[in-house]
Amino acid sequence: MMHKRQQALSVRLKSLCPDNRVDYLTNMPILYGEIDSLESIMQHLQTHDDLQMNMLLDLCVVDRLHYGVDEWVGVQGTSQGYDRARTPLDQQSLIQEKGRFEVVYHLLSTTHNHRARVKVSLNHASTLVPSMTGIWPNANWYEREAFDLFGIRFINHPDLRRILTDYGFVGYPMRKDFPLQGRVELRYDASLARCLYEPVTLENRVSTPKVIRRDDDRLSITE
Amino acid sequence: MMIDLVSRSNALGELKNFTFNFGPQHPAAHGVLRLVVEVEGETVVQIDPHIGLLHRATEKLMESKPFNHSIGYMDRLDYVSILPNEHVYVMAIEQLLGLKVPKRAQYIRVMFDEISRILNHLLVLGSTALDMGALTPWFYTFREREILMDCYEAVSGARMHANYYCPGGVLRDLPNRMAQFEESPWRFSSEIKDLNAPRSGSLLDYIQYFTDIFPARCDEYEALLTDNRIWKQRTVGISPIDADRALALGFTGPMLRSTGYMRDLRVDQPYAVYDALDFNIALGKTGDCYDRYLVRVAEMRESNRIIQQCVDWLRRHKGPVVSDHPKVVPPTRERSKMYMEEMIHQFKHFSEGYSVPEGETYAAVEHPKGEMGVYMVSDGANKPYRVKIRAAGFPHLQALNELCRGHMLSDVVVILASMDIVFGEIDR
Repeated sequence: MMHKRQQALSVRLKSLCPDNRVDYLTNMPILYGEIDSLESIMQHLQTHDDLQMNMLLDLCVVDRLHYGVDEWVGVQGTSQGYDRARTPLDQQSLIQEKGRFEVVYHLLSTTHNHRARVKVSLNHASTLVPSMTGIWPNANWYEREAFDLFGIRFINHPDLRRILTDYGFVGYPMRKDFPLQGRVELRYDASLARCLYEPVTLENRVSTPKVIRRDDDRLSITE
Repeated sequence: MMIDLVSRSNALGELKNFTFNFGPQHPAAHGVLRLVVEVEGETVVQIDPHIGLLHRATEKLMESKPFNHSIGYMDRLDYVSILPNEHVYVMAIEQLLGLKVPKRAQYIRVMFDEISRILNHLLVLGSTALDMGALTPWFYTFREREILMDCYEAVSGARMHANYYCPGGVLRDLPNRMAQFEESPWRFSSEIKDLNAPRSGSLLDYIQYFTDIFPARCDEYEALLTDNRIWKQRTVGISPIDADRALALGFTGPMLRSTGYMRDLRVDQPYAVYDALDFNIALGKTGDCYDRYLVRVAEMRESNRIIQQCVDWLRRHKGPVVSDHPKVVPPTRERSKMYMEEMIHQFKHFSEGYSVPEGETYAAVEHPKGEMGVYMVSDGANKPYRVKIRAAGFPHLQALNELCRGHMLSDVVVILASMDIVFGEIDR
C-alpha cells in the first residue's frame, strides 16, 4: 500500500515540478533541486494541496568525495581470487571540484501520508545554501548540524553556530577528508593546571579495508 | 546631566535578567545537557540548549566499519530503548539488499520492540516523578524494568546493549529455559523458590507471566500519579502545544500524539508485522506534560496487548528466525565445520563482511520517542558510505526554548523530563 502511494507521489511530483528531475529509488521519490530555485520549490512542496509536505523530518549532507572508490588499491588480482589490500588511497588525488556535497532533505506529509527526498548538489568552491528555517522552523538545528559537521553555510539562518562539536573546534569532522582519529587530542597538564590541545598521536589502522565488489553474486539477492 | 542619570540608576540598582548555567552535570538534565537559562525573577525568558557533550561521531565511525559491526553502535544511541534502534538500522540494510525476513523473526522483533517501549516509558515515568521529588514511582517502575531486562538477557546475554537483531532476522531463537536464581549469602532458599517460580518455563512463559501482571502494575502507577494533586499541579497546563505547531517543529511519537494528532508509523506506514496485530493508539488533547504522561501510560497498556499477541503467535508457529542467505547471514558452526563453501562464507563474513548494492534508502520505525529513521547511502562497498540517524529527540529538544518560555524555572525540569530526551541519540 505504502509502495503504491509513494509511486503515485513520484508521478505527481513529475507533473507538478516539471523543471526538476525526479527519480524513484527504494520506495522514495527523489527530487533534484537547484540552489537558486530551492526556496520556491520547497515552498511549492509545502503548500501545494496534492503534496502538503508539512514536516521536515531530516536534513543531512553527503560528502561524495570518496564515493565508489575503494579505500585500498590492490597491486594485482588473479583471475579467480581477490586481490590483496596493499596501497592506501592517495587522498589528494581525489578532490573533485564539482558536486562534492549533497544536501538531502527528507520530507513527510502527514495529511497524505507520503514521503519525499529532495537533493541539492553543491560544488566545492561555494558551500552556500538558502536556509529553510522560514518554511520549516525545525530546520534550524539541522542546518546548524550540517554547518558544524560539513561546513555548509546556510543563507538567512538566524543563528548559525556550531552545535555538536566542542567549543573552539577547528575543522569539519564529517567530511571524508577529515581523519577518523581527528587532528588534535586533549589532555590535562598538571604543571600548567589546564587542558592542552596537542596534535593527535593515534594512528588510524584500517583493520577491514573498504572493498567494492561489482562482479560479485552477493550483489544480486532476489527472493 | 548624563552623568547624573547614570549614577542615579546605579544607586537604585539596575534590574537585569539573570543568566545562569543549568548543567552540564545536573541529575535532572537526563544526561549531559547544558542549558543557558535567562530568567526574570523565576520566569524563564529564554533557554539556549548547548548539546554535543556526548557527541561520539557515531555516523563517522559507521562509515569506517563493515555493516554488521555498527549494530552495536545503534544500541548506544538511545540507550533506554535499545532494540528499536537496531531495528531501524537492520531494516535499512535489508531494504538495500532486498532481503526478506522470516515471519517468526519479525514477530520476535515486534515483541522486543514493544518490550523496549515499555522499558522506555517506565523509565520516563519514574524519572519524571523523581525530578519532581516523588521518589516512590521510581522503585515501582524499576521493579518491572528488572523483569524486562531479564528478557533481554535471556535472548542476548546482555541486560542493555543487546546486539540481538541482524540483517535477515535475529541472531538466535528464544531460549527454552530461563536463568535461575541460586542460593547465596544474600538470598535465602525460601526466597529463591518464589523468585524462580515464574522462571520455571521458557522465555515465552516468562513474558506471558509479565503480561499477566503488568496491567495491574500500571494501575499501581496510576494510583500513585494520575489523580495525585501535586503531580497534577506540576504537569497540567505546563507547556501545552497545538498540533499544527508540533508538526512544524518536527514532533513525532508521544509528543505529537499528546496534542491529539493521530500519527503513528505502526499504523500509518506499518513495518514488520504491525498490520497483523490489533492495538489502539492513545491520543491526548492539549499536549501538556500531563497529557504526555497519560499517552505514555496508555501506550504501555497497548504494548502489553501487542506482546500478548506476539507470544500467542510465537507459541503456535515455529520456524527459522533468520534468513538463509549465505552471503549476509553466517552459517551455523556445525555447517561451517562440515562444508568447505560454508567455511569460506564464514571467513568472508567475519573478515570482510558483505557488500551491499549501490543505492540509498530511508528506513523508519515508531521508536518509543517518536520516528527514528536511518538514511543510508551505499556505494556498493562492504561499509556504508553514509549513515544519517534521524533521532526523534533532536527536534523535541530544539523546541525547549519555545516550550519553556514564560514558565517557571521549576517547570523546566518537568518539561525536560516529559520530553523524554536521551543524549545518546541527540548527540550521536
